[in-house]
Amino acid sequence: MTAVRTQPLVACPGKSSEIPKREIHTVALIGPPNSGKSTLFNRLTRLRQKVGNYPGITVEQRVGLLTAGGPEIKLIDLPGVYSLTPYSEDERVAVDVLTGKMDGLPRPDAILLVLDVTNLSRQLVLAAPVIALGLPILVLLNMADVFTKGGGSLDVLKLAAELGAPVAMVSATQGSGLDAVERFLREAHDRRPGALLPILQDLPQCRKWANQLSHRVDYQRPLPSVWTRRLDDIFLHKLWGPLIFVIVVGAVFQTVFGLGQPMSTAFQDLLTSLGQQAAPFISNSLLRSLLLDGLWKGVSSVLVFLPQILLLFLFIGILEDSGYLARAALIADRTMRSVGLNGKAFIPLLSAYACAVPAIMATRTIENKRDRIATILIAPFMTCSARLPVYTMVIAAFIPNRPVLGPVVGTRAVAMLSLYVLGFAMAVATAKALKSSVLRSRDVAFIMELPPYRWPKWKSLGLRLMDRANAFIFRAGTVILGVSILLWALTYLPMHNGQPPAIADSAIAKVGHFIEPAIRPLGFNWRIGVGLLSSFAAREVIIATMGTLHGVDPESHGMALQEALKSDLTPAGAIALLVFFAFAMQCASTMAVVRRETNSWKWPILQFLYMTAVAYVAAFVAYRVTLLYWY
Amino acid sequence: MTQMPVALTDLEIGEGGAIAHIALPPTHQQFLTRIGIVPGAEITFSRRAPLGDPSVYSVDGTEVALRAETANYIFVQRGHFPRLGDMA
Repeated sequence: MTAVRTQPLVACPGKSSEIPKREIHTVALIGPPNSGKSTLFNRLTRLRQKVGNYPGITVEQRVGLLTAGGPEIKLIDLPGVYSLTPYSEDERVAVDVLTGKMDGLPRPDAILLVLDVTNLSRQLVLAAPVIALGLPILVLLNMADVFTKGGGSLDVLKLAAELGAPVAMVSATQGSGLDAVERFLREAHDRRPGALLPILQDLPQCRKWANQLSHRVDYQRPLPSVWTRRLDDIFLHKLWGPLIFVIVVGAVFQTVFGLGQPMSTAFQDLLTSLGQQAAPFISNSLLRSLLLDGLWKGVSSVLVFLPQILLLFLFIGILEDSGYLARAALIADRTMRSVGLNGKAFIPLLSAYACAVPAIMATRTIENKRDRIATILIAPFMTCSARLPVYTMVIAAFIPNRPVLGPVVGTRAVAMLSLYVLGFAMAVATAKALKSSVLRSRDVAFIMELPPYRWPKWKSLGLRLMDRANAFIFRAGTVILGVSILLWALTYLPMHNGQPPAIADSAIAKVGHFIEPAIRPLGFNWRIGVGLLSSFAAREVIIATMGTLHGVDPESHGMALQEALKSDLTPAGAIALLVFFAFAMQCASTMAVVRRETNSWKWPILQFLYMTAVAYVAAFVAYRVTLLYWY
Repeated sequence: MTQMPVALTDLEIGEGGAIAHIALPPTHQQFLTRIGIVPGAEITFSRRAPLGDPSVYSVDGTEVALRAETANYIFVQRGHFPRLGDMA
């Protein structure tokens, strides 16, 4: 057995001085899923990028800047792909970028190919088509540390000669061997035709070639991790497996909901008081109102989601990087299948009970595009925490608390529980409908690699949290800001002698009166209509709006508002309102995030229309049925 | 002695073999190919998920989970291959 020597780290095939040098401006980073490509990208660019121990994590391409001791070089991170057959969307992106067909991106001048050396014979399948592109290429054999420790070995020189490209042993997690990249970028040459490589598209042939090649370079796989098997004996045990699963899931839910909720409330209070403290410093009342009631309120309504988002992603990040998330998906698959989804949708859907925004961001772990969109579309039906204050207020105002099952479970608890069940049932029904029609998968229903267990790295977790927070604040935040300023303007117009109108004369009241005919069949008057309109920014906003409309402060006069509501709604109208809130997509943040994650307005608009239509019809039915049978 | 190929789902835990053929539509096959499930590849049945399905198979040293609805159509020529981790 040839032991791997640390020198030479870079093996170059033959002399290349006769071949013309190339100037490098753009470099593409490509590798199979789970090859440690994202960690390497982080190392090379120091740019934030999602890193995970879960196959198929990089669903979007990212560009970073790389300095190799010379002028700046653009580094394009391609999605993790197994081959270059343009079969999946990820592969199409990779092929388009590499051949210069991707809009807005120049054709790369050189390629960095990352392969997990602990699994080389399999990962080499990608090498043939990538090398065949003919661009200057450096092959990085990643996870060299794990490979050597586990007793793996190969002849690096021979591999370089066979591939006709320089090969370097590196460890992205430890940062070792990366000077090879710098040297390569400084001295990259046009490649001369090297080994006989199989034809681009023929996968079985690439596989055969990869297998034979790994034999020729005396490749010895490292011993498989004993720990991974031992841990799987526990985590996938018939009895302990599901038990640990339930505990883990419970802990995630409890943390996001139990800890995140008070954190959000405290954060909200802090933001509100900050705004109030700033108020005396703005003398112009109109400007003050715009800044505080419009802008700051909008900003706060986005920021309050942050604690929950960060908590959820910290949790998911730990599960993902350690390798447990793949096992959780495996255990959940059996149950998720009954609604036509796969196991990977479980964690996102569970998170949606806290908030649909992080849940939709968490669907990135689902690499099947159709399954991912189906999961995104049903997530907002889960009863999120923003619905709770609305439910609590309406239930307290209209449903008398009578015992149903003993003294503990009363009518109000039953009403609350029914609303949770209602949302869940509609999510299931929608998933079934979607998966058996427009979003039926053409791929194998469920196929997943179980990566070895690894310790999560705090640095990579931290980078990812920053990345999530940024994406949320800047991309979703701009939409919310616009909506809140618009709502503010509608309550402030038309102005009379520089004074804002009374709320009943404002533009928003006109809008309320305008839509009244449409909502009267649901038992709502114009004031509820205005509340509904404002709640499309965020559900809980309806409470503040109703407070404003009735001239009562929602914080200090909660009971007064409940009393005031009774002048707007009959009990049947109240039931209809609850049902409407259970189904409607009243959340600008969610729409902004769906837009971002699906990269089109098509899905958020369809989702909005569908959910609002369902909400309208269901509220109408609820109103009529309640009128007929109860009140 | 040559035996008839059996479906992956007919293997016992720890049993393995070389993939003989895959009776699935081309798009599915292509998908499987990418993760190494191709005729000729060595595959071992590692374990079942706690609820009985999917099952975990070891292909080229990587653990891959498949549902029975897929594994049913992958046929192997039975033979002995050490289960992942048995050498350790």
